Amino acid sequence: MKLAKEPGRLQRLSETSRRPVRFHVDGVEMRALRGDTVLTGILASATYLRQAEFGPEKRAGFCLMGACQDCWIWQEHGPRLRACSTLLHDGMRLLSQPSQDWTGGGS
Amino acid sequence: MSRVLIVGAGPAGMRAADILAEAGLVPTVVDEGEKAGGQIYRRPPDGFTRSPKALYGSEAVKAVRLHRIFDEWARQRRVTYHSRSSVLGFSEGEAMVLGPEGQIAIPYDRLILATGAYDRLAPLPGWEQAGIYSLGAAQIALKAQGVALGRRIVLAGSGPLLTLVAHQLRAAGAGVAAVLDTAPLSMQLRGGSRMLAARPFVTARGAFMRVGLGRLYHAGARLERIESGQDGPSAIHWRDARNRLHATACDTVALGWHLQAETVLADLAGVTFDWSDTWAQWLPRADAEGRAGDRLYLAGDGLRILGADGAETAGRLAARACLADLGHPVSGRDQYRDLRRLTRMRRFAQGVAHAFPWPAAMVRGMPDETVICRCEGIRAGELRSTVLLAGAEANRVKSLGRVGMGRCQGRYCGRAGTELIAAEAGVEVANAGRLRSQPPARPAPIAALCRLAPEE
Repeated sequence: MKLAKEPGRLQRLSETSRRPVRFHVDGVEMRALRGDTVLTGILASATYLRQAEFGPEKRAGFCLMGACQDCWIWQEHGPRLRACSTLLHDGMRLLSQPSQDWTGGGS
Repeated sequence: MSRVLIVGAGPAGMRAADILAEAGLVPTVVDEGEKAGGQIYRRPPDGFTRSPKALYGSEAVKAVRLHRIFDEWARQRRVTYHSRSSVLGFSEGEAMVLGPEGQIAIPYDRLILATGAYDRLAPLPGWEQAGIYSLGAAQIALKAQGVALGRRIVLAGSGPLLTLVAHQLRAAGAGVAAVLDTAPLSMQLRGGSRMLAARPFVTARGAFMRVGLGRLYHAGARLERIESGQDGPSAIHWRDARNRLHATACDTVALGWHLQAETVLADLAGVTFDWSDTWAQWLPRADAEGRAGDRLYLAGDGLRILGADGAETAGRLAARACLADLGHPVSGRDQYRDLRRLTRMRRFAQGVAHAFPWPAAMVRGMPDETVICRCEGIRAGELRSTVLLAGAEANRVKSLGRVGMGRCQGRYCGRAGTELIAAEAGVEVANAGRLRSQPPARPAPIAALCRLAPEE
């Protein structure tokens, strides 16, 4: 397991014997654990979720309870999701910035 | 049978549902969580194995009891539970609800709002960077996911949550670099004596946790700025009570100044608001049992910030008020006992509010380059210059300057924005206007709204 040396922002303190899930962010395969939110899964291996729209800085979520909307990221097929309150599942394909050819198509 | 809709499944909503189900009604509960519990009694997803004692500490028995009661009513279908669902607004006796299956309309005769509270935030130079969170976020990450938001965490702000989260993080093995409380010790002692008189055991437990933090804890801290590098925060700059400057190295900062009532749905439902000097925020008007309008009831932290025990009590009171108004028999003695209990909770909460105040002076002194609106990166200087054009009215300043118009809908900038407006115009905060809530209460995709239209 690579999980022991996950170099991301988050530190796992307990509950690390859950089954692994695989997913992609910006085309790069990442691993996390079943029961992780999208936010947890990404930040276990990365330091941010997305690029801010109105400034040069990155964003990594803020309230984790669905109130601030800071953690919206994109899915490759278009619709956005709130990373703090969406559970990660196997095969998810996510983007830290909107896809260039996104036409606003439905889910 | 009367259709009662409860919004929120924290302690207030769960307890209200319990009282109504007990009386033979089948209330509908709409809740944003995966499972009922709210934030304070939040449950991790399936597959997590920590014990209730590890998750909820001294409150484990209460948390488990509420979860069991609610789950049992839902299993028997005597409570209709919609999880992962947000109420977007109300229209002609129906709640517009966005859930896993898209948008649905839920008709109701009576409405009980138990929408809880969120961290009350003050801005700080550098707080827009990745790796700065609310205090509540640090607690949720730990409770619901078993993770710390960083390896060297600074907790800063004020309120009971500050000490509690620091204690919980350290107990779980997380690295806490400092706990910076902006409330001066003298103020904490004055408020604390009122807390002690109302709820001695709870106050003593908090004081004990505080002592356990030892030299990590600093009262009367003044926060200056957060310094960040490529991967997030690297240090927080602050002054101690003797005005000595410190730079504490960290990789994460969690901020919060006690709580703010979540009142968007109450506002959309037509509740009247009053400015509270004690709480330094606008709060909904309701009678002692939670009646806040025609067939409308409020309970829990969304009405008054009394914490989990107070929320349970308020949930029972509102549900019994609703039952009484529907002509059901209600025990006057139970209601009287809960009213007495709530009075004690309120005395305690007022002590808390005085001990851990909103940092008005700090916010008013924020330099012009400080980001006030994290959603759209609008700075204090832009807000101040907007006041010259718009006047001292929060909604007009919002229209012209956009502070309060971003995706958080003013939840994390509105309070500080009003403080700056009042300072700039030289008026009391109570006279600087209250940001009106707008539907939808949560962002919703246009596609979900369109599907409601009848098909040709």
